[in-house]
Amino acid sequence: MKVKQISIFLENKKGRLYEALQVLGEANINIRALSIADTAEYGILRLIVSEPDRAKKVLQKVNFVVQENDVIAICVSDQPGGLSHVLNILQQAEMNVEYVYAFVQKKGEKAVVVLRTEKLEPAIKALEKAGIQILKEKEVYCI
Amino acid sequence: MDAHYWNKKIECMTDKARLELQTESLKNTVKRAYAKVPYYRAKFDEMNLKPSDIKSLKDISKLPFITKADLRKAYPFGMFAVPLEDIVEVHTSSGTTGKPVVAGYTLGDIDIWGEVIARALVMVGGSKDDIIQNAYGYGLFTGGFGLHYGARKIGATVIPISAGNTKRQLELMRDFGSTILSCTPSYALYMAEVAEEMGINTKKLNLKVGVFGAEMWTDKMRVEIEKRLHITALDIFGLTEIIGPGVAMECPVKNGLHVFEDHFYPEVISPDTLEPLPDGEKGELVLTTLTREGMPMLRFRTKDLTSLHRGKCECGRTLVRMERITGRSDDMMKIRGVIVFPSQIEKALLELSGVEPYYQIIITRPKHLDELEVKVEASKRIFSDEVKHIEEIRHTMENQIEKTIGLRVKVTLVEPKTLPRSEGKAKRVVDMRNLE
Repeated sequence: MKVKQISIFLENKKGRLYEALQVLGEANINIRALSIADTAEYGILRLIVSEPDRAKKVLQKVNFVVQENDVIAICVSDQPGGLSHVLNILQQAEMNVEYVYAFVQKKGEKAVVVLRTEKLEPAIKALEKAGIQILKEKEVYCI
Repeated sequence: MDAHYWNKKIECMTDKARLELQTESLKNTVKRAYAKVPYYRAKFDEMNLKPSDIKSLKDISKLPFITKADLRKAYPFGMFAVPLEDIVEVHTSSGTTGKPVVAGYTLGDIDIWGEVIARALVMVGGSKDDIIQNAYGYGLFTGGFGLHYGARKIGATVIPISAGNTKRQLELMRDFGSTILSCTPSYALYMAEVAEEMGINTKKLNLKVGVFGAEMWTDKMRVEIEKRLHITALDIFGLTEIIGPGVAMECPVKNGLHVFEDHFYPEVISPDTLEPLPDGEKGELVLTTLTREGMPMLRFRTKDLTSLHRGKCECGRTLVRMERITGRSDDMMKIRGVIVFPSQIEKALLELSGVEPYYQIIITRPKHLDELEVKVEASKRIFSDEVKHIEEIRHTMENQIEKTIGLRVKVTLVEPKTLPRSEGKAKRVVDMRNLE
């Protein structure tokens, strides 16, 4: 029930984000969700893409440092309080959230939330127990 | 110009007389080194070289080179040519890059040291009437004692104040009426700055000349020191391996440093081919001691870059002149006075798993203080999807480097394959300090 995310190291240089995304575009890889963690000197571009393995390969080929790791993707209703409800479940279970980002497919429909907790398994269990819909790889990649 | 000499006979010798003297001294030194220092004997034997093969000064090129690495292998007393009981004093290099180099002096060596410094002091106009404020460090460092012995020899009054305690330096300079200041050029500049802060008018001081060395400096720095302290600033050169300060001294003509070549024979070689270069060409300075008893040094590679110029100087001296040191043939850096080699930083980084051996060192001086930045290529193994983890690794690298070189640095991660690759001498170091 985990989803693959790829992270890309971006030096704070003009045009690097564009270059990374261009590589993916040219390889016909679709981006499903995106977030950037930025520090003063570098950024981490995190992506959920249609074909994570191939995305990693094409990026590495042009010297990007890429890492693949698992995250949790869930569905929450696109309405006020949707996300906080989920976070409340994790807090009750004493799960530490490292980062989170979300995207909405179509207005009014469900939103997809990408979650990274310190330990994924117990978080998945806690969410499932609370009846949260956890997305499978295929569901996310082919949204 | 009104010239002063401490030893006119030697300092104004004809080329022919000097050549004879040097040839005799070289032969003796080689004989003694071979007979008394097992380290030299082994090297000679390995090359099938006999001391008797050295018949003229030109034959010096048959001798093997000695490097700092050789001296480290001989640590602590392996290069001494006399029993320890005849060594009356030892000094060492700072030893920040490994085992320090140990220099041993016999009474005769101390006398030579005093002699060459005496020549240096008289060359800049010093005499027994002078008050010499010796702000070189006293201790294992050669600067303090070297200047001290020479100052005593000419009968000047020495203030053995050593380095540091700048306010006191300036108070004594004013109250005692110091006429000659000896220290590093950067410390002289700092003194000028503190004098201004203390409201001391440097124009009113008795100071007339400065004997500055132990670090690389430039003409621009000289102009600055001269303007701010109202003195003539002259360059002194030397190194622990040879004797300490007093290998060469700049005269007021300011056209190079006179090498006291009756004691220290200079050659300039190509650092690449190791072949001797003709006069006037820039290369690496190689020095051979011609009279040292305690520790004869044959063809020591200084790694300092300079060129040699012959011909009588306006000051009347016939001693060969070496150009002010303009760089190094290795990649030694001095950061806040500490000797650092890029290889030390590399070693520190490679001790951490997952760190690529690609790095670049950027030196800046934002506010009179050197800052060191080390750029490291991010690799798959140090990269993570979390900032927290990357920062942890970055801090580990910073700590590891600090542990190795003793200086706090800033590590910055850059993308792979963006740093210059090693092509012979890679551009590992970018020095952005404005030393010119």
